[in-house]
Amino acid sequence: MLPIVQHPAAAKEFVNDPNRSRWHDQALWFVRSKRDKQAASLPEWEYLRETASGIKTHTIANLAHYLQEFERNATARGAVVHWARDADHHNEIVLRILRDHKTKRIVKSKSMLTEECGLNHYLEDNGIDVVDTDLGERIVQLRGETPSHIVLPAIHIKKEEVGDTFHKHLGTDEGASDPKYLAEAARGHLRDKFLAGEIGITGVNFAIAETGGLVVCTNEGNADLGTSLPRVHIACMGIEKLLPRQRDLGVFTRLLARSATGQPITSYTSHFNGPRDENSELHIVLVDNGRSRLRESETFRAAMHCIRCGACMNTCPVYRRSGGHSYRATVPGPIGSVLSPTRDQNSYKSLPYACSLCGSCSDVCPVKIPLHHQLLAWRGELVGKKLLPLSKRLSMRCASYLFRFPALFRLVGKVGRFALRVLPRWATHNRLNVWTIARELPEPPKESFHQWHRRHRNH
Amino acid sequence: MTVALFVPCYIDQLYPDVAIATLELLERLGVDVAYPDGQTCCGQPMANTGCETDTAPVARRLVDLFADFEAVVCPSGSCVSMVRNHYAAYFDPEDAKFQHVTSKTYELCEYLHDVVGVTHLDVKFPHRVSLHQSCHGLRELRLGQSSESMTPRENKVRKLLNLVEGIEWVEPDRPDDCCGFGGTFAVNEADVSAEMGRARIADHCDKGSEVLASADMSCLMHLQGLIRREKNPIQVMHVAQILSGRPLGAA
Repeated sequence: MLPIVQHPAAAKEFVNDPNRSRWHDQALWFVRSKRDKQAASLPEWEYLRETASGIKTHTIANLAHYLQEFERNATARGAVVHWARDADHHNEIVLRILRDHKTKRIVKSKSMLTEECGLNHYLEDNGIDVVDTDLGERIVQLRGETPSHIVLPAIHIKKEEVGDTFHKHLGTDEGASDPKYLAEAARGHLRDKFLAGEIGITGVNFAIAETGGLVVCTNEGNADLGTSLPRVHIACMGIEKLLPRQRDLGVFTRLLARSATGQPITSYTSHFNGPRDENSELHIVLVDNGRSRLRESETFRAAMHCIRCGACMNTCPVYRRSGGHSYRATVPGPIGSVLSPTRDQNSYKSLPYACSLCGSCSDVCPVKIPLHHQLLAWRGELVGKKLLPLSKRLSMRCASYLFRFPALFRLVGKVGRFALRVLPRWATHNRLNVWTIARELPEPPKESFHQWHRRHRNH
Repeated sequence: MTVALFVPCYIDQLYPDVAIATLELLERLGVDVAYPDGQTCCGQPMANTGCETDTAPVARRLVDLFADFEAVVCPSGSCVSMVRNHYAAYFDPEDAKFQHVTSKTYELCEYLHDVVGVTHLDVKFPHRVSLHQSCHGLRELRLGQSSESMTPRENKVRKLLNLVEGIEWVEPDRPDDCCGFGGTFAVNEADVSAEMGRARIADHCDKGSEVLASADMSCLMHLQGLIRREKNPIQVMHVAQILSGRPLGAA
């Protein structure tokens, strides 16, 4: 079990290195700006968001029905559907399929679900060679890290650092950091891995109940190569990825890439309708892992709408400056700060507070999850369970009393302003007063508005 | 019709001139304004920390204090959003006083634009000004169109400032990125908060703005603290101060 890390402490090093945090902020703002241009190019953008939200609300409300319909139709197409109640169960199912095929080498395209389940470590511990084929994921895999963003897994790494990693693992020239050169080296390296891969594992962006088909969106075509060469394809998906009908899909593909990277559509939108021929197999693993519990919650249920576009991360001013790893969770940023405490309130209790409540995430979300209101709601839940430190709860209790007694409020204000005027600077601006570590205190006025009003308006 | 002036706690204690400017502006426009005695805070610091039982009595006090007025006007988008969008958690939905106050509390610019319908102001402010749009004013009260949203909305704050003679607008690259105040966030996440603020100040300074104007003094308190520490060549002013004719440097 990992120690509980508070977000402010976990973010400290990243945010206080301007070379990193400002560069990271700019890189993500660039993606956010591309998204704005694409969203503005569709007059029906807000209508699409509303429609997508409605479809998701309906699907989640009737989830059992659509899951059964999906299973029926996928099975009729020749796929094998597996049900996993949690991460361990999911990992066991995948390993069993690999063992049934006596496989030691798999190629995997990007899947946040398998990250959530810790599949890579589990398979490696069981003697399987796992190769992530998404370039960003391969970079973090070679470095022994985890993705810091759900769409841009290596966004926290500079090209010079990628050059060093590739020099060490792929034998590229020392000091080489030209992105084109590095990408070519990765292509050559991954091509061999693709050819050697015996089973391909992919995530799933959308599953369609009406057809039993799956849709996987990538920009690198790695999911296609990873499922075209091997004979067996294992697709792992959370149960919330479902859409009722084929015609619903267009609403989501139009929103997904525009929101994620500011592209009109991903380079590859691949449809898998059953195994590709009679010699092939398609296994679909449907994973719950806490989703049914989340579905029971009136307050947080809408978080199941998430299509994992990452737009809330790109727009989040806290995420942009603190980096994805500061969240210590598979899914970082605003949606991660809503989802993580549903799994473990104690470990992730600082995340709902890693937010200035600016609301940009709620406005950018293509499926209209009220993210900042959910983060606020989490704070109430955490305080109710006494998971906020006592010192903070006591300070709010004191503030509450102060605001209930106006005469006391005025007296404390008067004393405070007087103290600010007469005390020496070292007594007010020091490390103990966190406000003043980076900022000056306001210059205290001689009288409050209340005092001014008594002198000038009260008759 | 008498409207109540609601002065947020930190404006009362630390920025009284913002409240004076608000009062003078409303009076000059012929609004009958009262300042009910005994007001303190809307309860937002406790609410945003998640301390709901500490918020409820403070919210109750505010509603009782303002229930007899036809409208409540406040020079802070954040506090107004608390009353309008978040008070429901603390009241019986049938409570008549709550219903009245929550639906009749206005942010100052919103009140001037929507209710008073101001079309003329006889004031000058011959300076280069950039607008810091506070998040709660923008995304919770919809005083303008946020950059994420594709729903067209006119910007009420800017429209009012356009009635002031002499303002030369300066546009930051990021029109509505958060300044990092966020109430207790400024202390809980002090490093991230300060870095967010520095980025806003640099954006406004780089474009040659002399005055960073906002309808929320809480954002400006944080930004002013950073500006003074880092000696940046820019000042902050509340929109009410500019609209009421205060000279540069009043905040």
